[in-house]
Amino acid sequence: MPGLVPGIHVFLFPGHDEPGAAGVVMTYIAKPKFHHPGLPKNDLGYTHRDYEGKISTLCAGCGHDSITASIIEACFELSIEPHRVAKISGIGCSSKTPDYFLGNSHGFNSVHGRMPSVLTGANLANRDLIYLGVSGDGDSASIGFGQFAHSIRRGVNMTYIVENNGVYGLTKGQFSATADRGSKSKKGVMNTDNAIDLVAIALQLGASFVARSFSGDKTQLVPLIAAAIRHKGASFIDVISPCIAFNNHAGSTKSFDYVREHNDAVNRLDVITSRDPITVDYAPGSVQVVEQHDGTRLALRKIDADYDANDRLAAMTFLQKHAAKGQVVTGLLYVDPDAEDMHTHLDTVETPLNTLEAKELCPGSSALDKINASLR
Amino acid sequence: MKPTDISAPDYFHKVVDCQWACPAHTPVPEYIRLIAEGRYSDAYMINWKSNVFPGILGRTCDRPCEPACRRGRVEETPVAICRLKRVAADFKDDVKHRMPKVSAKNGKRIALVGGGPASLAVARDLAPLGYHCTVFDADPKAGGMMRSQIPKFRLPDSVIDEETDYILGLGIEFKGGHRIDSLKQLMAENYDAIFVGSGAPRGRELDIPGRKEAAANIHIGIEWLASVSFGHVEKIGRRVIVLGGGNTAMDCCRTARRLGGEDVKVIVRSGFEEMKASPWEKEDAIHEDIPILNFMVPVGFKHVAGKLIGVTFQKVKAEYDAKGRRNLVPAGEPDQTIPCDDVLVAVGQENAFPWIERDCGIEFDKWNMPQVDAKTFASTNPKVFFGGDAAFGPKNIIWAVAHGHDAALSIHKMLSGEDITERPLPEVNVSSQKMGIHEWSYDNDISADKRYKVPHRDKVIALKDIRAEVELGYDVKLALGEAQRCLNCDIQTIFSAPACIECDACVDICPMDCITFTDNGEEEDLRTRLKAPSPHHDQALYVADGLKTGRVMVKDEDVCLHCGLCAERCPTGAWDMQKYLIDMTYAGSTCQSKARSAA
Repeated sequence: MPGLVPGIHVFLFPGHDEPGAAGVVMTYIAKPKFHHPGLPKNDLGYTHRDYEGKISTLCAGCGHDSITASIIEACFELSIEPHRVAKISGIGCSSKTPDYFLGNSHGFNSVHGRMPSVLTGANLANRDLIYLGVSGDGDSASIGFGQFAHSIRRGVNMTYIVENNGVYGLTKGQFSATADRGSKSKKGVMNTDNAIDLVAIALQLGASFVARSFSGDKTQLVPLIAAAIRHKGASFIDVISPCIAFNNHAGSTKSFDYVREHNDAVNRLDVITSRDPITVDYAPGSVQVVEQHDGTRLALRKIDADYDANDRLAAMTFLQKHAAKGQVVTGLLYVDPDAEDMHTHLDTVETPLNTLEAKELCPGSSALDKINASLR
Repeated sequence: MKPTDISAPDYFHKVVDCQWACPAHTPVPEYIRLIAEGRYSDAYMINWKSNVFPGILGRTCDRPCEPACRRGRVEETPVAICRLKRVAADFKDDVKHRMPKVSAKNGKRIALVGGGPASLAVARDLAPLGYHCTVFDADPKAGGMMRSQIPKFRLPDSVIDEETDYILGLGIEFKGGHRIDSLKQLMAENYDAIFVGSGAPRGRELDIPGRKEAAANIHIGIEWLASVSFGHVEKIGRRVIVLGGGNTAMDCCRTARRLGGEDVKVIVRSGFEEMKASPWEKEDAIHEDIPILNFMVPVGFKHVAGKLIGVTFQKVKAEYDAKGRRNLVPAGEPDQTIPCDDVLVAVGQENAFPWIERDCGIEFDKWNMPQVDAKTFASTNPKVFFGGDAAFGPKNIIWAVAHGHDAALSIHKMLSGEDITERPLPEVNVSSQKMGIHEWSYDNDISADKRYKVPHRDKVIALKDIRAEVELGYDVKLALGEAQRCLNCDIQTIFSAPACIECDACVDICPMDCITFTDNGEEEDLRTRLKAPSPHHDQALYVADGLKTGRVMVKDEDVCLHCGLCAERCPTGAWDMQKYLIDMTYAGSTCQSKARSAA
């Protein structure tokens, strides 16, 4: 990529590289460097190909690869400088994916379930970067459930994406904690445990941007990711992502067919980053415009006329009602345009902590005396 | 749009741009793969079957395939298809035993007028079927203009001898030094069919003041080249002007450089870009220190006492009218006289049929050209066929060969009592190339290499010897590198909608953003909704319906690399890579079993 000076790369990828477990093997050849001669370029002069990473080693047809493609597209559309992004993940198929996008960004493949705390720490140290947390249902709803919860309730400024396939793909298809009760495994076993709905939990814990989408619907997913990146606060996106090898059969509620049949999208989103007036030619009242902190405007084209994406309580009720009917509610479910993030809560300095010098960190004995005096 | 009918033979043929553009429809990617494998003889025989003169064409073809090559739309330069063809000819083993066997005669006699590529192609196709073919040529050896026009430093005699011998070795009677001066007389000899492949043998004149007076030093390009070729002319003046901008002009100026011309200039009416000469031939001329001067129209030959001293030119400029047509108008600058000792006039070629009596059943049009059917190559006399330059005016060798195949088919059909206007469709063979989970029978890894240059003989040495071939040809290593640049466009992406689960894996992996799943619409509208721009409307959209969501799969064939990643990333095998081989219809191929030399 021309003209890029990426920062320090931290790539710690442990030995979880056995996609062959599924029996559907990865591609051998590298993706050719040639690209379509007429590809559009963004404000930085990059094409979407410039936001790619290495070739995926996931099973052919994995929903995660479509999420990868959507992240690439969203970053391209937002003209994000790749060196301004830190992508952080845990362990699992989902957590391998940061290797497949933004090859010129910072990355940290952390310990299983520990993405949220690594991300929180990184964000505290350097608030200037864009944080992408990429996790899976195993990583976030089981081993990292606590970590997930705390990063959300602290309001860490991040985009937290769960690539949710309801199954442990790397260990050959056991139910994960997000598998719906009553759904069937590939071998025909019925799941008897209740499912964790990460969207419901995120809403309850105060996430200020909550969405659900589907890997098979990029027209919905790409703007959601773009809006989440532009949101200041804890953004959470649950993306249903069918596991081709172990969870794409009849009886699964995370299969392509099931999600397509039961997808209940409440709205469609357009992300408008320019200052141009919004001209969306839809019937009055059918478009809800939400202006975020950084000036990004989200034009929500309502599909469900009664759905209000600014009402957290209503969203929770709506979700529960529809889930009971077996429907998968997707779209931008909740957004608080006036959200505050962790740095605001903690009243930290504007300067990233990692660039503070000794002078600022040790202001001297007179400053200490003042503090001591205030405590007497 | 209607779903694409991929069973129509032309659909995938068009995707193989090089093969589609080739008049003889040579299966280019197939022979390039064989070259990469080191199977030069097999690659040669595929060429031989299709274009008859691989060694000659590998040095001289006008290469309609290369501007069409998909690689040229993906990066700067196409694959060097032509020079790879030469590799097959250069490195093959002895192939004599692979030539068709001389067959028992069927009692029918064919006369072929002219011993150039068109006649030889006809004879090549008909002799193995048992026809007695007699080729007449005014020159002592076969080859026609390939031998007399093309300088030996581009095409050595040994190559012409070898490839004309393969054909003459099929039991063909060659009557060299035998000019046909009367078609009537020839017809009186009761041949079952006559093929006229006598070329466009007359160089166009340049009738401007001084032409007659200075005639001693003004030469018609093609005649002069023939005289050089046969050793009648061995030198030329020090200062030479070549008039004309075609490939003959390029051959003239480079030949002049080797016969004592030190100050050789090519002077052309048109601009540099619009010149008819192939870009590489212009390059080669410039490399030999020959300047090309443009927008200069010759208006008179200057002479003193019957001796040419220069040529006077009017300066012109190009103006375009409302319809975009170019007109050359005076630039308003004073005329310029350029001194010279000799002039070579290479401003075009013309047909000449003084030997065809106008009352032997062959109708001529108002331009004095015979009326020839563009498909069957039949004239208005049912027994007389035309082909090559003789049919539709000057073209290139590869066209003559293509005409020859078609004329041979007509002759064979006529003499079998069949309707010659019924042309059998070519036979198409499509087969999966899958060898393993993602193993293909072809090398699908895309080489990023730039076009390899063909090594040339050192200029100082080359200019000293008119018979020293300038291009040395690729060596095996360079040939392999160049062969790897081929995108294997004949390995087609075949989509099966019932197997597709619309997971987008192919869309995400495609390096060229060729694939889109979207709602159907009219072509105009669909092209605006694809994942990447679709500016080349001559490139097909492959549309398939029958998907669960009711959308259609649309693949823009334009810049597909045929890398097979769509098929590799497809979890259900909805995409497959299948080799598409088309067997063009030749004389006898409908009634004979067709064994391929390679598949």
